[in-house]
Amino acid sequence: MAKTEKTLAPLVHIVKRDPGSVTWKYRLLVRAIAVLAALLLSGILITLLTKKNPLAVYGSMVSGVFGSPRRIWNMLQGVAMLLCVSLAVTPAFKMKFWNIGAEGQVLISGLACVATMMFLGSALPTGLLILVMVAVSILAGTIWAVLPAIFKAYWNTNETLFTLMMNYVATQLVDYFLKVFVKDGSGVLTPMPQFGLPVIGNQAYLLNVLIVAVVTVLAYIYLKYSKQGYEISVVGESENTARYIGINVKKVIIRTMLLSGAICGLAGLLLVGGTNHTISTTTAGGRGFTAIMVSWLGKFDPLYMVLTSFLLVFLDQGAQQVSTDFRISSSISDIVIGIILLFIIGCEFFLQYRVVTRKNRKENV
Amino acid sequence: MKKLFALLLVVLMVVSMAACGKKGNETKGMSDSPLPSKEITKDFEVKADFKIGFICLHDEKSTYDKNFLDAADEAIKALGLTETQYIIKTNVPEGKECYEAAADLVDQGCDIVFANSFGHEDFMLQAAKEFPEVQFCHATGYKAHLENVANYHNAFASIYEGRYLAGIAAGMKLNEMIEAGKITAEEAKMGYVGAFTYAEVISGYSSFYLGAKSVCPSVTMDVQFTGSWYDAVEEQNAAEALIARKCVLISQHADSMGAPGACEAAKVPNVSYNGATYESCPETFIVSSRINWAPYFAYIIKCANTGATIDTDWCGGINEGSVVLTGINQDVAAEGTLDALKAAVEGLKNGTVKVFDTKNFTVAGAAATGDAVIDGIFEESKTQSAPYFDLKIDGITCLNEKF
Repeated sequence: MAKTEKTLAPLVHIVKRDPGSVTWKYRLLVRAIAVLAALLLSGILITLLTKKNPLAVYGSMVSGVFGSPRRIWNMLQGVAMLLCVSLAVTPAFKMKFWNIGAEGQVLISGLACVATMMFLGSALPTGLLILVMVAVSILAGTIWAVLPAIFKAYWNTNETLFTLMMNYVATQLVDYFLKVFVKDGSGVLTPMPQFGLPVIGNQAYLLNVLIVAVVTVLAYIYLKYSKQGYEISVVGESENTARYIGINVKKVIIRTMLLSGAICGLAGLLLVGGTNHTISTTTAGGRGFTAIMVSWLGKFDPLYMVLTSFLLVFLDQGAQQVSTDFRISSSISDIVIGIILLFIIGCEFFLQYRVVTRKNRKENV
Repeated sequence: MKKLFALLLVVLMVVSMAACGKKGNETKGMSDSPLPSKEITKDFEVKADFKIGFICLHDEKSTYDKNFLDAADEAIKALGLTETQYIIKTNVPEGKECYEAAADLVDQGCDIVFANSFGHEDFMLQAAKEFPEVQFCHATGYKAHLENVANYHNAFASIYEGRYLAGIAAGMKLNEMIEAGKITAEEAKMGYVGAFTYAEVISGYSSFYLGAKSVCPSVTMDVQFTGSWYDAVEEQNAAEALIARKCVLISQHADSMGAPGACEAAKVPNVSYNGATYESCPETFIVSSRINWAPYFAYIIKCANTGATIDTDWCGGINEGSVVLTGINQDVAAEGTLDALKAAVEGLKNGTVKVFDTKNFTVAGAAATGDAVIDGIFEESKTQSAPYFDLKIDGITCLNEKF
């Protein structure tokens, strides 16, 4: 008896898939099952916790995102801004430089932009003012990003901690300047739409959406087809290999973070100069961190990231509508978002590995 | 031995709790309110297609927002609005999101959009200018009478009257302590935990102090600011610091349980705000004032349905039912407090009592002057609904001013 047991394979075991062997049909199937399973589980939870009809809850989510032209525009703006910040962090992540400071980079450029609007708004002609706003915002974001990069490249400091700390500095600076700028105690700086970027097509968010669309295509080409994009991938795979084939790693790190910071600066410019015309400590709205998820879920591919940004904005905006329609605590919506994300991330496991049972194995052998 | 001791303790606690439970007679525990909420009467028809939207900064977890949400529910129920006639958006930040929320409420057919936080004002104004056919009402703001936008309105309540009444209860407690020989008349010093140094808070603590002074002339007060509307730790620290400075009674204008909790721990009497803290502070809670927003909601809904114009600045008072008091904790309050407060309520109603009567206070040793002083009375909340009394009156010491 003991002998035969020894020869038996384990009941189940896990084997890595050959990446080439996974068809797109299979990918689609696994992801569809994951989403359905997540919706089913969340539905059961919603019914148990709130006694509401889960179908009505999902209906309310959809209506919260697509229910009116305004909501669709809000969604487009949300996707554009989240995508913009995600595009900023992607080159750094691809290089395995853990830039978690996008939040601060966006905020500081927004602060620079709002200060320009306040103090130069009435002094400069519109065209020149916009040029200064663009330059100042992008410069501020770049400085905030390149500082940790220089320290990393020359003294190998920990970029995760450095960029994270820079977030707090930026937030506190915004807080401080709001106290200086605002005198009535509300902490809210009155919006200055008269000094904003031009509105095209009578649609407040159209300019942002178009600019981000262009940046997305450029980022795709840069990462996939340019020499610099290739260098980023090599540095990310192995710094030693990069050095061996003659890539200047220091230069790549600094150059990539300059780019990362510049795109964050653009996000700050669009948020403050383009739509909000004011700033608060929550102007970046956690996008600097959500962008990390967008980037990873989208496998650092700018085109996939359009989809993952949409997914996250859809869940967030839909959840707000659910808590309005059903007057349930926003925590319930957060739980549902958590479940859906967990399933979507978890299903990647089944795309990269397969589960082999004892019976299957025998047949294989 | 230890077990026996523990058992003894448990028995002792049960017995003492049972003893406490017996205190439910007329002069113990919570009394009726000397200034209760008014029932809303419906004297108009709500149109079938009428709709109102509410925007709140946080949700029920914040005492500030809960006060608004409870009032909204009260008004909705009293006026018989159906499920489809109101929309409540919670957790709306003080930014672009507020404008988007307001615009979305307009898209959904709201005739009135209401927002509850000071910082919402700019974004409500923006929406009001864009949608002139919809009425925008904003609580605690001050820009309506400056901006001249016909469909934009501010609202507040004369809560300084509520605080004045609460101050009377505090003053009577001090008198009781003086008579019992616990403190001398000169030692009658109160402490006050304030959030910020703006008029809203200054008007609040000054009226509280004047209420106390009206019955206890020797009273003084120390004020400690926290720089936040909600910071339990800071508020607790501030209350403890005030107690250490020999303040024998504490009140506060901030939204957490920090100060009342510190008072209960130190057994120092507390006059609360925004609702009764009797449940968690039975040995120190005296009375609490709060704003009831339900009368304002009923008023704007009536205006929208009858075609009347909403006041640019609406300041609800005692007569409107906007200022209310909780019951009095008779275990802590001085004897006769209930009757004294009832008499003072009548005085405020018929105008014989004025909170900011310049005969009753001085500023740097002299009588108060200024545009707001008319016939010897500082007329609070007349030119705008939000408080603007910000005089530094004698008898009150601000310990810090940085906020």
